[in-house]
Amino acid sequence: MARTVSRGSKIGWTIAAWVVALLIFFPILYAFITSLKTEPEAIAGFSLIPSGTFENYITVQTQRDYFKPFMNSVVLSIGSTILALLFAIPAAWSMAFSPTKRTKDILMWMLSTKMMPAVAVLIPIFILFRNFGLLDTHIGLTVMLTLINLPIVVWMLYTYFREIPGEILEAARMDGASLWKEIVYVLTPMAVPGIASTLLLNIILAWNEAFWTIQLTTTNAAPLTAFIASFSSPQGLFWAKLSAASTMAIAPILILGWFSQKQLVRGLTFGAVK
Amino acid sequence: MNLKSFLLGACSAVALCGFANAETLTIATVNNGDMIRMQGLTSEFTKANPDIQVEWVTLEENVLRERVTTDIAASGGQYDIVTIGNYEVPIWAKQQWLLPLDGLGDAYDIDDLLPAIRGGLSVDGKLYAAPFYGESAMIMYRKDLFEKAGLQMPDSPTWEFIGEAARKITDRNADIAGICLRGKAGWGENMAFVSALTNSFGGRWFDESWKPQFDQPEWKASLQFYADLMKDAGPSGASSNGFNENLTLFQQGKCGMWIDATVAASFVSNPKDSTVADKVGFALFPNKEGVANHGNWLWSWNLAIPASSQKAEAAQKFIAWATSKEYTDLVASKEGWANVPPGTRTSLYNNEEYKKAAAFAVPTLAAMDAADITKPTIKPVPYTGGQFVAIPEFQALGTTVGQLFSAVIAGQSSVDDALTAAQATATRDMTRAGYIK
Repeated sequence: MARTVSRGSKIGWTIAAWVVALLIFFPILYAFITSLKTEPEAIAGFSLIPSGTFENYITVQTQRDYFKPFMNSVVLSIGSTILALLFAIPAAWSMAFSPTKRTKDILMWMLSTKMMPAVAVLIPIFILFRNFGLLDTHIGLTVMLTLINLPIVVWMLYTYFREIPGEILEAARMDGASLWKEIVYVLTPMAVPGIASTLLLNIILAWNEAFWTIQLTTTNAAPLTAFIASFSSPQGLFWAKLSAASTMAIAPILILGWFSQKQLVRGLTFGAVK
Repeated sequence: MNLKSFLLGACSAVALCGFANAETLTIATVNNGDMIRMQGLTSEFTKANPDIQVEWVTLEENVLRERVTTDIAASGGQYDIVTIGNYEVPIWAKQQWLLPLDGLGDAYDIDDLLPAIRGGLSVDGKLYAAPFYGESAMIMYRKDLFEKAGLQMPDSPTWEFIGEAARKITDRNADIAGICLRGKAGWGENMAFVSALTNSFGGRWFDESWKPQFDQPEWKASLQFYADLMKDAGPSGASSNGFNENLTLFQQGKCGMWIDATVAASFVSNPKDSTVADKVGFALFPNKEGVANHGNWLWSWNLAIPASSQKAEAAQKFIAWATSKEYTDLVASKEGWANVPPGTRTSLYNNEEYKKAAAFAVPTLAAMDAADITKPTIKPVPYTGGQFVAIPEFQALGTTVGQLFSAVIAGQSSVDDALTAAQATATRDMTRAGYIK
């Protein structure tokens, strides 16, 4: 029987949810507001009312080309996500449906690589990239982003696949489906919400990655993270311009997140309630 | 197809081929006004040198340092020109990470470079980087507040005078701090100021056998003076203020005095950004009474060629253009004399038009002339460098000590405790690095 919730409690929870959501969103909102201020306004102190100038956006675009790093961000985040899924779906299938006694250890080991500080392997990775001619290339960075996000992608897919009854796959096998057909025609359609949310989350992670994308690029493959970094100045606090650059850099991923929030929530809560 | 179309097509094809064959220089730089201006004027260079294209990589100062160090140390070869400070130049040149600039051409007039700046960029008589702009440190102060308090700033004040004046003009009700000084931890932030301050108190980082000197009375005197002054006359939250924060405070009229890099003089005098532009006076970096030393702060941003670059000839051509007298004239013609990169050439300070346009020109030159990084303090030292010590270990050590001193300004630690910890840290690091046998 469903639990009855009083009207007062409902209103209370709604207000609490709005407060938490606003707190989380506030830094982004304030960056946007600051981008519409003049520089003296931006450093004058806390204020939610900007003068409404778009001059910072014009200056940012005049000083640096936005389109090239934007396209690089698109290529790198989508490319690395597709590549990660190509590796992760078979890996997660194997771990979910044909586990061995070492599966848990492998999963933990994969996750542990995320706990290593990236700077610890900067020099060896840099030298490898130099030797293979991968510095400042889309291919090199796509592979790098794939590798750093792969543990999370495998873990997420593994969790979703575990919720799918193995009997359905067995039935497909009994009907003569090959392994490939089993994954493509039976498993994947059933795990679409999980795969979609993994895909979206991976795109967001790849878009926001700011260590390797700055360390391994110069001009050709530099994405929007490098674009933002170029607006920090040692000769003054140019917060309004920096906010404009940040807003331009995060706007595409924010819009993507906004439109796909249903899928994201559905995927992230997949299997949470039985 | 008529002849005209054919010829136009042929010309376009040739131009495209030329563009395709053009050598592309990748230049790593920081985001400051002078560098952004140079990027805007690069088309003048490429117009005169159609066989060379230029691509810019602009990064935050610390990220740039990290990126360029990684690239040069690992021979990445990603950059053809790098923007580095005079701290890195002698260290990297000795490591053979930089190419000597011996092809700048006769017209470059190398002897016109300010001797102090040129000396800091040369190793064994060879120039390894060309200065784009240079700076020392000086006092910037509010003439109106001094007048109101009945004070007269001497051309060469002592710290004793500065301390008294700062306390006198502090007006907490009007949100005016008597003096703004760097407090943010970092070898290039608070330690730049504290090192210069201690030089002017007669102190030094190391003695001739590389033994740290934080246990000596000069350090105790300078740090106590700094801590007391910031407590009595500094702005609130001074331990988080670096160059940028103090610049903003001064421009907003919240500092009676600010002692920092001479390059700031043009920013505080620019009515577009500064509310006190017409009220600013300048004076020499102070010294402790009886100590003939004005801190020896000397910094320059320079263009250098990594040894891994495959385009050294084109890179030298660009550096010769960007640091030439002709470039200065170009900036003056487009943006006015007050906006030319300062602190690199003697000829600029003999230029009457510059001196007329920039009230800070003469005090800047006086500050730079007073700096000698080969003799940073009155006692003998085994190192060079004014507000830094030109050894590779200094970045890490300077930042660690900077954190200890920043904690003093924040009221989290005492002067004695900070100096004891600094002495222990520096002794350990210098022993590990092999300086102390």
